[in-house]
Amino acid sequence: MSADAQRRLRAASWRLWQRIRRSPGMLLGTLLLALHLVTALAAPLIAPHSPTAIAPERALAGPTPAHPFGNDRFGRDLLSRVMLGGRIAIAIGVTGGAIAVLLGGFVGVLVGYLGGLTDELVMRMVDALIAIPGLLLLLVIVTGLGNGYGVILLAMILSYAPGVARVARAAAHEYVPREFITAARARGEHPLAVVGHELWPNVVGVLFVEFAMRASWIVLAVSGLSFLGFGVNPPTPDWGLMIAENRSMLALAPWGVAFPLIAMATLVVALNLVADGLAQLLGVDRATEAR
Amino acid sequence: MSTTPLLAVDDLSIGYTAAEGVRVVVHQVSMVLDRGERLGIVGESGCGKSTLALALLGFVRRGGRRLGGTVRLAGEDIFQLSPDAVQRLRGQRIALVPQNAGQALSPGMRIGDQIVEVLQAHLGWSRHAAYAHACSWLERVELPDSPALLRRFPHELSGGQQQRVAIAMALAPDPALIVLDEPTSGLDATTQQQVMGLLGELAAERGAALIVVSHDLGVVARSSDRMMVMYAGEVVEHGPTAATLAAPRHPYTRGLLASVPRLAMGLVPQALPGIPPVPATTRSTGCTFAPRCAWADAHCQTTTPALAPGDAGTLVRCHHWRRASTAPAPAVAPAPRPTPPSGATPHLSLHGVTVSYARTSIFDGLRTPRRPAARAAVCDVTLTLAPGTTLALVGESGSGKSTIARTIAGLERASAGTLRSLNDDLNLPVHRRTHELRRRIQLIFQNPDAALNPRHTVATILERPLRAFQRLSALDIRRRSIALLEQMRLGDQYLSRLPGQLSGGEKQRIAIARAFIVEPSIVLCDEVVSALDVSVQAAVLQLLVELQRRHRVSYLFIAHDLAIVRAIADTVAVLYRGHVCELGSTAQVYAPPFHPYTASLLQAARAVSGPFVDNGPPVVDSGLGCPFVDRCPRRIERLCAHEPPPWRTTAPGHQIRCHLPPEQLDWTGMSPHAEGRNP
Repeated sequence: MSADAQRRLRAASWRLWQRIRRSPGMLLGTLLLALHLVTALAAPLIAPHSPTAIAPERALAGPTPAHPFGNDRFGRDLLSRVMLGGRIAIAIGVTGGAIAVLLGGFVGVLVGYLGGLTDELVMRMVDALIAIPGLLLLLVIVTGLGNGYGVILLAMILSYAPGVARVARAAAHEYVPREFITAARARGEHPLAVVGHELWPNVVGVLFVEFAMRASWIVLAVSGLSFLGFGVNPPTPDWGLMIAENRSMLALAPWGVAFPLIAMATLVVALNLVADGLAQLLGVDRATEAR
Repeated sequence: MSTTPLLAVDDLSIGYTAAEGVRVVVHQVSMVLDRGERLGIVGESGCGKSTLALALLGFVRRGGRRLGGTVRLAGEDIFQLSPDAVQRLRGQRIALVPQNAGQALSPGMRIGDQIVEVLQAHLGWSRHAAYAHACSWLERVELPDSPALLRRFPHELSGGQQQRVAIAMALAPDPALIVLDEPTSGLDATTQQQVMGLLGELAAERGAALIVVSHDLGVVARSSDRMMVMYAGEVVEHGPTAATLAAPRHPYTRGLLASVPRLAMGLVPQALPGIPPVPATTRSTGCTFAPRCAWADAHCQTTTPALAPGDAGTLVRCHHWRRASTAPAPAVAPAPRPTPPSGATPHLSLHGVTVSYARTSIFDGLRTPRRPAARAAVCDVTLTLAPGTTLALVGESGSGKSTIARTIAGLERASAGTLRSLNDDLNLPVHRRTHELRRRIQLIFQNPDAALNPRHTVATILERPLRAFQRLSALDIRRRSIALLEQMRLGDQYLSRLPGQLSGGEKQRIAIARAFIVEPSIVLCDEVVSALDVSVQAAVLQLLVELQRRHRVSYLFIAHDLAIVRAIADTVAVLYRGHVCELGSTAQVYAPPFHPYTASLLQAARAVSGPFVDNGPPVVDSGLGCPFVDRCPRRIERLCAHEPPPWRTTAPGHQIRCHLPPEQLDWTGMSPHAEGRNP
């Protein structure tokens, strides 16, 4: 049985890889994302210089073979800072995205199944949260609770989970009227069992797409907070913070802004390409299911 | 008549690209259709009918392409035309009435705008002229009150009305050829009858040619002069409809015909074994039908039969058609039905049950605080179900059949009346019932696609109810599941499959297995075969009969097909808008005296041609009188609209609810007439 399951899993992953390979966008996204993740994980080991070592003699020096991305106004090596500067944003993006998607997904599917008054109340609360402009909500939470990473994470979850709930509820609504749900109800299954066993496997694909998208938004939002001075504290390297620090030297040393910007942009593009690709894969899935 | 035929299809092949190559779905089909001719195309699902129908409009679905051959409309090769020219051709010269009108109409657009758009796009009419024309067309498709209807949205119409609108849209630009893709699936018998009759009339009136694609032999029999039987993408028989149906030459046609439930027989129809092959990338030699054919021999395996002339102007693709068409039909012995022990405690008894749907949103209460009570979906229904027998609920859609089943299952609450099963009170919502009670009552649904979780394997699907009701080890669960699969004539290799990998019939078997795996005593079957191909229908019905004999379960069998009901039921209750209007044993209900509504249903089911008695949409509703009054051809003015009809017992166990005395309740007045129509 388990050997069989293993074989099936291997076959399924092989098929998945075949599909990824055939879609150029997905392939590019996956490769870029992998590059970013590996870099972020291995950065402390592979960064050529210390990201915080100050060298006034190299202040604002342009790219050289020893310092391919140039140096900032304190002479810090920009390549090392860029390599390390995504770690916090990515970490918060991945954990925040995962928690937001799990939480929002669960609530959305549950109220989508229950309907009635519960649905009405929860969704009005969700609407209220969605109605607050994103950055404003983040700023309120961070100024209120301080700017530890935990608070930022919480702020991200609170800002993005409501949107996920809405999407998950809509996805669940496609399945709730189907008769296999009626059958489960007629068996007397608990709502949580119906949500967990019957609905969740059907919406999990949508949630994967949501995760990729929300993670990219959170990366942007964390960098945005840092840029505004509410996120990562100097001298810790961070893309948003680096852009803020080097902004005033833009004319003198454009590399100080350009490289963190490129890093951030490629990560966000990669996540979006992966999200698009996943959505497309799911579409393909559905078509073959109908046979 | 000009010398070029209206439509000439020559050697057309269409394939779909798959991972392994191109799967051939339509294989070398040729045919000719003249102006005003009516052609029927039949076959099971997956035989290439719809692909062929769409190709006639020069359309091939995504992933598919034309592999060879031509489609000429009045001499013009439709696949060689520019996209603009094809666009003009469609709608104007050749129109499609799609399979599901409800999905074919744009949900966010008013009916009027959709029809007007067609006329503006194809004929270049002004909006004003198009609007007037649209109005007149709605009247022609017998949709009254057209100005108001034109402002409605598709979801505000019934299925039958939507189909009429789709027909009006197709016919309004006056095309020379109309292609109908499964025009009536999803409509109940009476609506089906009306829609097809109307379409035939309108087409004849304007001299348009019709192509009717359907899996329903009845529909094709009624609406075509010639018919073409398709199997695995090939034409296997082609000839005059009457001659073909009277004496089918190809074994496949014969098998299809035998699997159609006949109203007159009252027997479970013969199933055609097996399913059509999945379209292959290469054509193997030999007859494609040989694996399912009773007449197949070594010759059939090695030599591919050609479409050759048979007798009576037919074309047949079979080596042995002469033998196959003259051999006697296999004898069908009526299955001995267990006689219900009289006096046994009924498995189920309903007494005066009324169910009304209450509005659930808090806002509804605010909006109309003193609105009169909504009409009950089920009203004062009294029924009993004896152990080991089948009670059929018959009626059109909206007659409350499914609501009764849902109430028994605890998914709805009855607002009045009592429901009992043996000694248990059933008027409890499902979560307050005991495990034992929930186990005893199981449901099987109409649509096998929706009844199975697409992400669960068959093993999980069967395991869920077992886990809900019984404590069994993983090994026992597996053993039970395999035993059940065997009873469904499926092997244990199915355990690891997902519903998407199963055919419609297989899915329904799994749904049946899920109900039977917990050993219920009552199974509620809600239109369990109406979504299946006829050949599969027969097999599923046989299976249900066999399971009943084996497990001694009682069925509450909900259906709109009277022939099927006759074959499977012991007692029948005829429902109209939530009221039982006739109740009796199957033999009693299917013989006079009839309730006028039963008579009209039987009329619609057995009619081969001719309009159905339709007295228009509901007009009178005092809420007191007979529920059928507004459509009844035999109503007694004043009396029927205001006095509730009495129950009349015509024979032991046979009751009819009507003001007319039983002696008068025969076919009288049921013949087609128009004067009964209300203004």
